[in-house]
Amino acid sequence: MSAPILSIRDLRARVGGRDVLDGLSLDVGAGEVHAIMGPNGSGKSTLAYVLAGRPGYEITAGSVTYRGEDLLKLEPEERARAGLFLGFQYPVEIPGVNNVYLLKAALNAARKHQGLPEVDAFEFLAVVREKMKLMQMDEAFLSRGVNEGFSGGEKKRNEILQMLVLEPTLALLDETDSGLDIDALKVVSRGVNTLRAPQRAIVLVTHYQRLLEHIVPDRVHVLARGRIVRSGDRDLALELERRGYDWITGAAA
Amino acid sequence: MTETADIEKLVGRAYQHGFVTDIESDSLPPGLDEDVVRAISRIKGEPSFLTEWRLRAFRHWQAMKQPQWAHLRAHPVDYQAISYYSAPKSKADGPKSLDEVDPKLLATYEKLGVPLHERARLAGVAVDAVFDSVSVATTFKDRLEKAGVIFCSFSEAVRKHPALVERYLGTVVPYQDNFYACLNSAVFSDGSFVYIPPGVRCPMELSTYFRINATNTGQFERTLIVAAPGSHVSYLEGCTAPMRDENQLHAAVVELVAEDDAQIKYSTVQNWYPGDENGIGGIYNFVTKRGECRGRNSKISWTQVETGSAITWKYPSCVLRGEGSVGEFYSVATATNLQQADTGTKMIHVGANTRSTIVSKGISAGRGQNAYRGLVKILPSAHGARNFTQCDSLLMGSRCGAHTFPYVEVKNPTATVEHEASTSKISEDQLFYCMQRGISEEDAINMIVSGFCKSVFKELPMEFAVEAQNLLAVSLEGSVG
Ligand SMILES: Nc1ncnc2c1ncn2[C@@H]1O[C@H](COP(=O)(O)OP(=O)(O)OP(=O)(O)O)[C@@H](O)[C@H]1O
Ligand SMILES: [Mg+2]
Repeated sequence: MSAPILSIRDLRARVGGRDVLDGLSLDVGAGEVHAIMGPNGSGKSTLAYVLAGRPGYEITAGSVTYRGEDLLKLEPEERARAGLFLGFQYPVEIPGVNNVYLLKAALNAARKHQGLPEVDAFEFLAVVREKMKLMQMDEAFLSRGVNEGFSGGEKKRNEILQMLVLEPTLALLDETDSGLDIDALKVVSRGVNTLRAPQRAIVLVTHYQRLLEHIVPDRVHVLARGRIVRSGDRDLALELERRGYDWITGAAA
Repeated sequence: MTETADIEKLVGRAYQHGFVTDIESDSLPPGLDEDVVRAISRIKGEPSFLTEWRLRAFRHWQAMKQPQWAHLRAHPVDYQAISYYSAPKSKADGPKSLDEVDPKLLATYEKLGVPLHERARLAGVAVDAVFDSVSVATTFKDRLEKAGVIFCSFSEAVRKHPALVERYLGTVVPYQDNFYACLNSAVFSDGSFVYIPPGVRCPMELSTYFRINATNTGQFERTLIVAAPGSHVSYLEGCTAPMRDENQLHAAVVELVAEDDAQIKYSTVQNWYPGDENGIGGIYNFVTKRGECRGRNSKISWTQVETGSAITWKYPSCVLRGEGSVGEFYSVATATNLQQADTGTKMIHVGANTRSTIVSKGISAGRGQNAYRGLVKILPSAHGARNFTQCDSLLMGSRCGAHTFPYVEVKNPTATVEHEASTSKISEDQLFYCMQRGISEEDAINMIVSGFCKSVFKELPMEFAVEAQNLLAVSLEGSVG
């Protein structure tokens, strides 16, 4: 395996008085795409939030190393600026705040962190337009409020658009495929695939093997009861599709 | 010596020191009676109609009671402890240089992007001239004169255009109107006067900033703007930099008159010192602002962004008398720390087919209390009148409050009145979403607040809108969490 971008060791985390992550370990190497699958409520979103630094999640044990650095020490916005991107399972609406304005602020925050000057307004727009075309999004979405009144599928596309503009080092995509129609699934997958690169890593949380036909993962993991209970290659996803989770979670209990 | 003689003597001395040349000069001793009112009028060399008007106002005021509002907590003001005339301030009183100014205040100027030479003036440092703005102002004056626009201090208008002043003064806000307006009418110090002749589109935004001597108009300011038939004017009041003032009480009056087809747009960005975290030292701001759409198809539009003041009590209003006239009110008011904002508007529909729009955005943070009080009154004569009101409140944190009191009186069955209201909180989800995109919590809050205020900001003249946004950011700094 190549040098890890993300390395999680025996991570335990509590939220709302519950121990949700229970000794989770995972390594994601540069250039790799990993898929995490698992039953509802098993802790997939919790893992994503913990990695992104969402307040209210208490780490009780374990460590997370991101590009050789202790990730858990960083504030959420610092993690983002350092190249960690979370595509939300339920993107929030922010009425009145321009979609493109937020995107530009986000990009500039990352650039500032890298010691780069603010992006040129024209260049920025050109890049955004190009990515929107790729995502088959109407330009009207630029001037609308962030996710304001977007349909479920439109919100997910918007997440991917943001990701494409921000070009993160580590992208965590939490059920980006759910709620997408068949064509949209292809569009989104194409978007994600363009981001695949040797210096990056992508972690997909999904319930459907169908997504993995479009974005072919290097590794597939099953998360159950707060830990990774099985890992394999893409055939594992196919097997899960056939057999469900019982045969694994039963074995893990 | 009698008290009156005492004052006479003081006034006499003040005269010697020369108010007209406005160098070193005195103040009247604290206290208020008819002699003080006469003295003010005399010092300013006013014609008798004005002296008489002041006196009638004063007599009326004596019988009035200070209003009590359920949602305001105010220390009683001792009106006999105030000095009602203080001539332009002696330069020796202020700080000698910026080094002597409170660093916190300077840091705020920095954030607001106030130009260096302006910082000194705002902080009250003794400065000899108005620097660059003198030449800027002269250029403006030339252009305005060419257009026939009168834009000067109220005192100057009384001297040079007494007939105009007499014709319009108190016709929109009669001195009997309310306690504070009445007091102002008796003792007002100075202010601005604007007259736009028929058919003239004022060639530039009029801003108090460009009027030399705009400072020091004191705590009882008076503004009168008259737009003759078919004329247009946009007037900007205020300044985004925090203004400190040793006068705790401010009771200004603004009167607007729009004749047939005339339009007045009045924008305010106000940032009085709100007091410290404990509410100490803040300004009580009681303002009466009213516009009258006197002519057919005339329009008056109020836009205001209010931060600051310990207490703000302010209801820019429109009397829609002319047939088909339009009144608008767009407002953003913030209340942080112990601030109390009690603002709103009154739309009085008198003429047929008059229309009004009210958009009020209240932001409460810390322990701030924000109240919106609005009155939409449709008189029997206002056939086909329409009003739309939207009142939104944004709460930051859990110790603040928002209150709305919409009053509607409809006396004509053909009228339509619509009201929408909402209260929202900045959610943790929204903040985290922004932070996950690399945006700091503070910037995220500013973004969300600006988004909330967008429909009001877009009514402001461009440069003002940017300033208002910065101002809001600074005044809400650190208010979540
Ligand atoms: N704030 C909270 N308070 C209490 N319980 C919580 C909280 N957040 C998550 N949980 C619980 O933690 C468990 C894991 O939730 P999580 O959202 O991580 O599941 P998931 O694997 O993403 O599920 P899904 O596939 O349905 O999205 C669930 O049982 C959930 O109810
Ligand atoms: Mg989930």
